[in-house]
Amino acid sequence: MSSPRASVRTGPSSAAGRDPRPGPLMEFVHRRRRGAELFLLVLSLLVGLGAYAAVGLGVDGTVPADIIGYGTWLAVLVVAAHVTIRLRAEYADPIILPIVSALNGLGLAMIYRIHLASPDKSPGARTQLMWMTIGVALFIAVLVGLRDHRRLQAFTYTAGFSAILLLLLPLVPGIGREVYGARIWIHLGSMSFQPGEVAKVLLVIAFGGYLVLHRDALALAGRRVLFVDLPRGRDLGPILAMWLLSLAILVFQNDLGSSLLFFGIFLVMLYVATERPGWLVVGGGLFLLGAYASYLFVGHVTDRVDVWLDPFHQARGYQIVQGLYGMGWGGLTGRGLGQGSPQLTPFGFSDFIAASIGEELGLTGLMAVVVLYGILVERGLRISLICRDNFGKLVAAGLAVVFALQVFVVIGGVTKLIPLTGLTTPFLSYGGSSLVANWAIVALLLRISDHARRPPPELLADPEEMDATQVVRLR
Amino acid sequence: MSELTLVLIRFAYLAILWIFVLSAISVIRSDMFGARVAREGGRPERRAAKTAAKTRTKPAKPRRGTPTAVAIVEGGNKGEVISLDKAPLLIGRGNDAAIRLDDDYVSTRHARIGSSGDQWYVEDLGSTNGTYVGSSRISQPTAISLGTQIRIGKSILELRK
Repeated sequence: MSSPRASVRTGPSSAAGRDPRPGPLMEFVHRRRRGAELFLLVLSLLVGLGAYAAVGLGVDGTVPADIIGYGTWLAVLVVAAHVTIRLRAEYADPIILPIVSALNGLGLAMIYRIHLASPDKSPGARTQLMWMTIGVALFIAVLVGLRDHRRLQAFTYTAGFSAILLLLLPLVPGIGREVYGARIWIHLGSMSFQPGEVAKVLLVIAFGGYLVLHRDALALAGRRVLFVDLPRGRDLGPILAMWLLSLAILVFQNDLGSSLLFFGIFLVMLYVATERPGWLVVGGGLFLLGAYASYLFVGHVTDRVDVWLDPFHQARGYQIVQGLYGMGWGGLTGRGLGQGSPQLTPFGFSDFIAASIGEELGLTGLMAVVVLYGILVERGLRISLICRDNFGKLVAAGLAVVFALQVFVVIGGVTKLIPLTGLTTPFLSYGGSSLVANWAIVALLLRISDHARRPPPELLADPEEMDATQVVRLR
Repeated sequence: MSELTLVLIRFAYLAILWIFVLSAISVIRSDMFGARVAREGGRPERRAAKTAAKTRTKPAKPRRGTPTAVAIVEGGNKGEVISLDKAPLLIGRGNDAAIRLDDDYVSTRHARIGSSGDQWYVEDLGSTNGTYVGSSRISQPTAISLGTQIRIGKSILELRK
């Protein structure tokens, strides 16, 4: 590397002096890896369709009749997403889309399997496939419509405000509806939707936009109280208000899972922005305090904790006990797709889909799913690390943490590691709002990663041209 | 469906699932180490460097008046002199920086010094506290010459012969 440069130094007039082009100063760029993505996508289709076929073979002894149509539909969706990336985000991370497609395919097959066993109690895979289509359409729309994620920073307060509005919607009489104790649904005609799922994306954008502007003030200005640098009220105030309001709404609506998720996002993003581990300590302490207080005083929470501590002697422990028996029966390699009885667990197709997978694919299959989530989160955090602008960093970290917390809370709850709270397993479980919102999150992540991995544009013009043209600053 | 076939299907599917997981991991692995050098004509250049090393041609002597090193003249690392041979040099607080400054006001990847033709440039890499040439904060690659003071955090750097 040094020898051609040394020759330059001998003088610009010599022939050797013209040799090295200015070139980018950066010497490390990421490759596009679109071929690798396509390869992984084909494998992911094999995962999804293989599960679908295996379910048919296990339940009826034949491959499902509609596998050609179903497979084509799934393949078209995946290829459409891939082509969009090739056209609009060619440097985007190559692993995220295949993982999402594999998880979604496996989830579809599992929903189909439980529908075959109890057609009256569970929804079919067709509805979920329709939601997936909407999700992929939104994915494409985000990638095509949003050319630069930094433009979202302009909508900091708009995003925060609309997140709170969306969270309030289910409380509006007429369209809001209470389902299984939580008032988090809105119904418009025959359509139902969980606005909280969209609100979480908006809140991440709002937190990111706010923190990127105020991180220095938050980290440096303020007093030190008990090992923690407390920021000034005027710096923390707006975001604290935004967050407390959303938490209050969720608590009022009895939505434990989402309040846990929002609390976590807020803490982690504050930590990422200020680099002060004290926030995690304070936040963790506050969380334990709040959790204990709600255990004592909120009946709903007391129930959940009692069920968690001793599910076998509680009438309400039925669901979790069924899930545990299912996973226990599945053992190391599972009963085989279509061979277990995951339909015995209430909501084996949504909240408890992890237990259903554990029953039919065993520990081996469930571990594969957990590893896939791990890779997904790792890629998100990696995007955040290599991203060049702070807003992108914060949003990518926030979105990755959304997935991480959701998976931890759900799978932890199903496996009785922590008390069960209702959250969806991203991409796997049945539920339109969650699936659509998660596809949008993936599109955002890919947009940021496209920016982060794209080699920087050449900054310097040819030296001779630079001599010839002078930039005159008029302002 | 015989019992055996079902068992085979079960294991085949688990195999597919794990093959997918492992291929995803292998793509991550190659993504980590597979980044290539971006410099245009990077490979021929490297080859040229290799042949140059083989024939043991002496690198041409630096012209008089051309900077060969960066000196830190102010701040915690005062007195350090770093050769420009391995340019472009990354300046920052991180471990991968060629010029490491132990200074809280310096970002992990703060700025970069590189050359284009005969001219040396300093470029800010989106640092928090900015890079100053003279008294003005720079927003694009800025030409520097011998003795130009570059301020990064509490440190001041300059090019030396």
